Amino acid sequence: MHKDRRHSSGEVVLETRNLTKIFGGLVAVNDVDLTVYKGEILSLIGPNGAGKTTVFNMVTGIYHPEKGKVLFKGKDITGRKPHRIISYGIARTFQNIRLFPDMTCLENVMAGRHCRSSAGLLSSIFKTPRQRMEEKNIHETCEKRLAQVNLARLKHELAKNIAYGSQRMLEIARALASEPALLVLDEPSSGLNPRETEDLMAFLKRLIHEDDVTILLIEHDMNMVMGISDWVVVLDGGRKIAEGVPEDVYADPQVIEAYLGKDDEDTDYGASA
Amino acid sequence: MEQATGSGIRKYITAQPLRLALVVAAFLIYPFLVSDYFIDIAFFFGIYALLGLSLNIVLGEVGLFDFGHAGFYAIGAYTTAILNTKFGVPILVLLPLSALAAGLFAYIVCSPVIHLQGDYLLIVTLGLGEIIRLALINNPFDLTGGPNGVFGIDFPSIGPLVVDSSIEYYFLIWILVGLSIVGLLSLQHSRIGRAWNYIREDETAANASGIDSRKYKLLAFVLGAGLAGVAGNVYASKLMCVSPESFTFMESCLMFCIVLIGGMGSIPGVLIGAAFISLFPEIFRPFAMYRMLIFGLAMILMMMFRPGGAWPRKRGAVGLKSLLDDTGRSDA
Amino acid sequence: MQVILEQLINGLTIGSFYALIALGYTMVYGVLKLINFAHGDFFTFGSYLGYTVLVFGAAFLTAHFGLWGVLSVALLAAAISIAIVGVIVERLAYRPVYKAGRLPAVVSALGASIFIQNAIMVIWGPRFQAYPSELIPNAHLEIYGINISLLQVIILVMSFLLMGVLYFIVQKTTFGAAVRATAHDRKTAALMGININKVIFFVFTLGPALGAITGVMVGMYYRQISFTMGWNYGLKAFTASVLGGIGNIPGAMVGGLILGVLEMLGAAYISAAWKDVFVFIILILVLIFRPTGLLGEKTAEKV
Repeated sequence: MHKDRRHSSGEVVLETRNLTKIFGGLVAVNDVDLTVYKGEILSLIGPNGAGKTTVFNMVTGIYHPEKGKVLFKGKDITGRKPHRIISYGIARTFQNIRLFPDMTCLENVMAGRHCRSSAGLLSSIFKTPRQRMEEKNIHETCEKRLAQVNLARLKHELAKNIAYGSQRMLEIARALASEPALLVLDEPSSGLNPRETEDLMAFLKRLIHEDDVTILLIEHDMNMVMGISDWVVVLDGGRKIAEGVPEDVYADPQVIEAYLGKDDEDTDYGASA
Repeated sequence: MEQATGSGIRKYITAQPLRLALVVAAFLIYPFLVSDYFIDIAFFFGIYALLGLSLNIVLGEVGLFDFGHAGFYAIGAYTTAILNTKFGVPILVLLPLSALAAGLFAYIVCSPVIHLQGDYLLIVTLGLGEIIRLALINNPFDLTGGPNGVFGIDFPSIGPLVVDSSIEYYFLIWILVGLSIVGLLSLQHSRIGRAWNYIREDETAANASGIDSRKYKLLAFVLGAGLAGVAGNVYASKLMCVSPESFTFMESCLMFCIVLIGGMGSIPGVLIGAAFISLFPEIFRPFAMYRMLIFGLAMILMMMFRPGGAWPRKRGAVGLKSLLDDTGRSDA
Repeated sequence: MQVILEQLINGLTIGSFYALIALGYTMVYGVLKLINFAHGDFFTFGSYLGYTVLVFGAAFLTAHFGLWGVLSVALLAAAISIAIVGVIVERLAYRPVYKAGRLPAVVSALGASIFIQNAIMVIWGPRFQAYPSELIPNAHLEIYGINISLLQVIILVMSFLLMGVLYFIVQKTTFGAAVRATAHDRKTAALMGININKVIFFVFTLGPALGAITGVMVGMYYRQISFTMGWNYGLKAFTASVLGGIGNIPGAMVGGLILGVLEMLGAAYISAAWKDVFVFIILILVLIFRPTGLLGEKTAEKV
């Protein structure tokens, strides 16, 4: 652990080793090593197409890596199915919000609770006392999560009918309902106005303390990255090209080049000779 | 808005007691007021209701395109027919057995194809339905009686009590429908029912949220098949014979229409859809030749003006209340 | 050896029927994501129209155009009429339902199918009708010892010609590119300036027309037609289009031909009674191992 790495307890929550993903002929993610420590906020940044979401998809079980491993709290979870991975303690949100549009906000959050409940077919049909207790419990915990993201008043609204910013928060509430140890957020501020982004930043900072979670996020909004990250990892073209505390990464010439392209005075933009 | 706390059915019977009582009373009195012919019509309404409910699990709740559901119906009917005529197994014993046979069959054949998306699953289930029907016609091992089918099926009985009149069959099927509705309502408001709906809305997000979509899709198919098998059992003993022509692709289409015309995932909707499908041909019987023309036209018009179905599912309400509450029926 | 080749020719003939009908399904599906259940009935309708032309117009037409003329008129009349029917059905039964979603469109299509099928029954009666055999070429040819009927040659030549023309239009012309683009992503195609209504018009005239032509050919080949043919042929043809990869035009052609050959082989070497079961099992196996069909593309879902 880098001695400047802020706010980390030393306990490793998530680790990827040599993580590689190949689509046909394209190497989308190339030998990426990532370490996330408990209690920190780690931002994964990089230009579009750098492979960030692909890394997330491998961590959450949507893709199988061609090479490499994903370790969660020391346990090898490489290639496990998504529904298993959330039960281990990793919950995610999606770049293009994926809610259940024709279901209520409360029902959306209850999805996250599925892996923390266990009523089976028969107990559900016959409404056993145990099942009813569990349902009551599911309702209560999910309503609390809705309140946590300030959406309590919308609980019976259909998810497709609420505002975009609220939808983003709803997705986070759904993820939180599963009581994750690691929250994986894919561009959570995308589409939010500056005020909403500020609120989100404050919310995430609170979350670390209130809920004892660790946060891994992909972000393009540099204010957010600088404002809340303890550690930043930069990907470009599938490779990790830099990592460090936000200020260091921000000033790193390699990182600047990756985002802006090579600053070459001889670059000819089509003018003849 | 009411709290969705999912307590027992009892709580909700008291919520809208008058309406429910009227409906139940109507059902109870009806057969005593009309002739056998009309009781039989109501019987077949019940059969279609049960079939519609069974397909509703797969198509309405989970959103899986199942175009071969008549196949499960057939398996239930033929299991009853064969085991009863060849081995003398009593009909009532065969009720759960037929459900089991159909469910088991669904489990075995659907497992390898459950991952298929949308229209591909449609054609595979369609193919499966056809395979079953063709197999029945071809009379393998001389079991199924070929195109003529199997006849000589008994009546259901417990000791001296025999179900052998129209009115008794009417009550039998509608008791089964009633029990199914209660069970399905409970499921709708449980984590299983929600899991099904999550899969329908967005399978990837459902998986990411902890739902094993493969397991729940298979469960839906097995339950749907089992319920269709029950319908097959009652149908077989009522008609006293079964033949492949009752289980064609057209039957699967009709079941599909029941679910859609009623409103996907909506239990009262299924009842309306079943009523439409079974009563329509009767109402238009005098116009015999043009009957089907009008039927086809009606389907088109239905989808043009009320594509959500006659009684779309209202989310947020719970239990029987959701059946009887018709405020805000269509979504914003 | 000869027997195998003769069976192959039989299979390809039937396969051509499936292929031409399958094209109708796949084109409509590709552009509108709609399973046009009424398509099998377009085929049947065309067959009956051809029958009517042959039975009632034979005397007049033979005198003026000769035997081949009569058949050509029958084919043309069927094709044009059913193309018109296709457009009408699209306008009246499908267009109003698009916005409601995919499943309501399926129910509407089923309704249209039931309507047309029963309309045929009302007009022509429920019994089988027979194509007049005196108007159908009866000659047999022998090529390298293989017995093949003139009719089969005509059917195969015509079918492959039609498929070739359609393939050319769709793959090599600008309009064809527009059709393919619309099939791929209708919204974007519209935004790019493609006239979607024109594409829909194309798909709903050519598809039904091909179906109608196939209907007349089937009438000539089997002599007997019935108003329920649409279900059977439609089902098989739809299966063929899924086999080839639904929405994929070359796929429909390939799927149809393969299905026809498989059906023949199944009938010959397994049993005529189980041939349809055989075909469906093959279909299911293909979809298990190649979920998007033989020529279908796997479109990766962006997560």
